[in-house]
Amino acid sequence: MRFGVVVFPGTWSDCDFHYVIGEVLQQPVKYVWHRDRNLAEFDCLVLPGGFSYGDYLRAGAIAGRSPVVEALPEFVARGGVVLGSCNGFQILCEAGLLPGALMRNECLQYRCQSTHLLVENTDTAFTRAIRPGQVLRMPISHGEGKYHAEPHVLATLKKGNQIVLRYCTEDGGVTRAANPNGSVENIAGIVNDGGTVLGLMPHPERAAETAMGGTDGLMIFHSLLGSLVEDGSVLKR
Amino acid sequence: MKARVLIRLKRGILDVQGSAVLRALAGLGYAELRELRVGKVVELDLDAADPTAATARVDEMCRKLLANPVTEDFTIECPLP
Repeated sequence: MRFGVVVFPGTWSDCDFHYVIGEVLQQPVKYVWHRDRNLAEFDCLVLPGGFSYGDYLRAGAIAGRSPVVEALPEFVARGGVVLGSCNGFQILCEAGLLPGALMRNECLQYRCQSTHLLVENTDTAFTRAIRPGQVLRMPISHGEGKYHAEPHVLATLKKGNQIVLRYCTEDGGVTRAANPNGSVENIAGIVNDGGTVLGLMPHPERAAETAMGGTDGLMIFHSLLGSLVEDGSVLKR
Repeated sequence: MKARVLIRLKRGILDVQGSAVLRALAGLGYAELRELRVGKVVELDLDAADPTAATARVDEMCRKLLANPVTEDFTIECPLP
């Protein structure tokens, strides 16, 4: 199974993802330049965090119209999975691959801190190794992570069980105090209606070794690896 | 042909940046302020046959990139005086 880590001008978490996938998980991984449209050799593409194009216009707006992102719908249609973290989540929303938008944090502060996340949907390629209701701990690092969606979009997300992660307290309480950025209904991560595109503001790649202070982010990767083995993607190459 | 696009957060969406600027102005003594919202201006110069054609092109640009339809509204001024 092959991972691609997409690099835009201004991406900053690309090396972290590359390290975790290649060194910690010992999986084949390559960098993918943002002008690349040929994604045939990959099973999973990662859109890492950072400040693509300096956040000009809106966070993720310009990257959301780049060649590699324009190739994503076809990649997803043929069974590829996409994980967008932080700026990657913003890009997926800007590109219309995920509904809603990410706006300036309600507190106006850039928040770089540890967060607790309630896993609400464990029936996705990204969360299948996790128990329903399990609380994960991962860091966030963003100034524009307030998830916004119109009421009818929220209703669709709920109906389709597309809300995967919510900010919560250590014991799983979804409270206002546990919401670091003002996201509607504490939303920290969502999937598309097929469950194959995940956008999340937290950084799983920064919670992948004990030395980083936690390994809960690995649960996302282990879920992915299990899915790719089970659906035969591994055998196909 | 010159055109100007004004991009604003939709009504009903909390403008935290505007609130912060309002508080700063209130701190400078402008106690009469009731509301303040911050938007963006994009100025363009494009080749077009007439203002109608230019407006149509700029409208397309707004929908494709310049504005986010989830959070923002936009208005186009063309031609500019």
